Amino acid sequence: MKKVNWLVVAAGLVVGAAAVLLTALGNPGNMGFCIACFLRDTSGALGLHSAAAVQYIRPEIIGIVLGSLIAALGFKEFKGRGGSSPALRFVLGMFVMIGALVFLGCPLRMMIRIGGGDLNAIVGLVGFVVGIFVGTLFLKKGFTMKRAYTLGSLEGSVMPAIVIAFFILLVAAPSFIHFSTEGPGSKHAPIAVALIVGLIVGALAQRSRLCTVGGIRDAMMFKDFKLLYGFIAVIVAVVIGNLITGNLNFGFAGQPIAHTDGLWNALGMALVGWGSVLLGGCPLRQLVLAGEGSADSTITVLGMMVGAALCHNFGLASSANGPTQNGMIAVIIGFVVVAVVSFRNIAKEA
Amino acid sequence: MVDARGLACPMPVVMVQKEVKKSNPAEMTVLVDNQCAVENVTRFAGSQGYRVDVKADGEDFTLTLTK
Repeated sequence: MKKVNWLVVAAGLVVGAAAVLLTALGNPGNMGFCIACFLRDTSGALGLHSAAAVQYIRPEIIGIVLGSLIAALGFKEFKGRGGSSPALRFVLGMFVMIGALVFLGCPLRMMIRIGGGDLNAIVGLVGFVVGIFVGTLFLKKGFTMKRAYTLGSLEGSVMPAIVIAFFILLVAAPSFIHFSTEGPGSKHAPIAVALIVGLIVGALAQRSRLCTVGGIRDAMMFKDFKLLYGFIAVIVAVVIGNLITGNLNFGFAGQPIAHTDGLWNALGMALVGWGSVLLGGCPLRQLVLAGEGSADSTITVLGMMVGAALCHNFGLASSANGPTQNGMIAVIIGFVVVAVVSFRNIAKEA
Repeated sequence: MVDARGLACPMPVVMVQKEVKKSNPAEMTVLVDNQCAVENVTRFAGSQGYRVDVKADGEDFTLTLTK
């Protein structure tokens, strides 16, 4: 592949720059974007979990879904479709979220953390690559979630409708919606900026097919580096942005919203990588696909939101002090579940 | 003939890759039903030395690969 796809590089640069901007405007450290964290905060705002420090309806999530919807409609790619192992996708979404919250970030935040100099995220990346590699072995053996079918535009509109409801709840702020007053959930950029940035990122990600898992997967399987360039572009933009804002701090200890337990950083991200390969895309990509009409990705996102709630209700999520025992057990259960799905869904040779 | 309709990426590309590895056919027809799969199969086929002709057919796309 000699030709560089500049759209995906541009998308990566914009995502990276947007992450730095959102942090400068109030988002938590190295968390300009984090799909896992933001879905977790949204779950908390809805009262699905009661961790007071991480409750806020994140406008970035709303923007990404609607940005993807608008781009898909504009290019006539919006199509309601689904039916590809929905229940398994829900479960895989849950465990991808658990892996992410043991590491403390989705793959996108992992890249943003790397760009901020957080060396723990490099350890996470090693686990992530290994997890993706294991997933690709099953793809080569014929793993499939079975085909999806066209289901009509109403089915495809569910995720956009959900995020519009989120937006109304965010702005109207009724008393049953929770807003953190301290901790990461209380740190956020202004709603309008976060929403607009989300819209731009969602539209660019839809057009370019940007996917953090896809980049490494396609390079491994097909020597196709298109998406990987986007992956690298994110990190480059974040490094440059952090140099400008003076937020580049290399090291393991004392990194924002991170812990230094290398083994569980790696294992958490390995679970995310493997699970995401089975799902066909990283958490960001799931949001984008949900915006362009995929009921399968909608179910995955809902699974991730429930997974996030379980993480805090059952004490699975790590903190700056490190992973919890419950979190370790959940990750191990996650590997068993992902392995069972991987082996059982290998199609017989025709 | 590879029927990858209803399958999301990377499955269509995996199926084409398998076919190329198995028999390296001079001509192959691939059916997919989403734009993303069209792009990815086209890119992969190009890297394997195929020329690709895409025809939209209702909701589906027929890709003819030749070399």
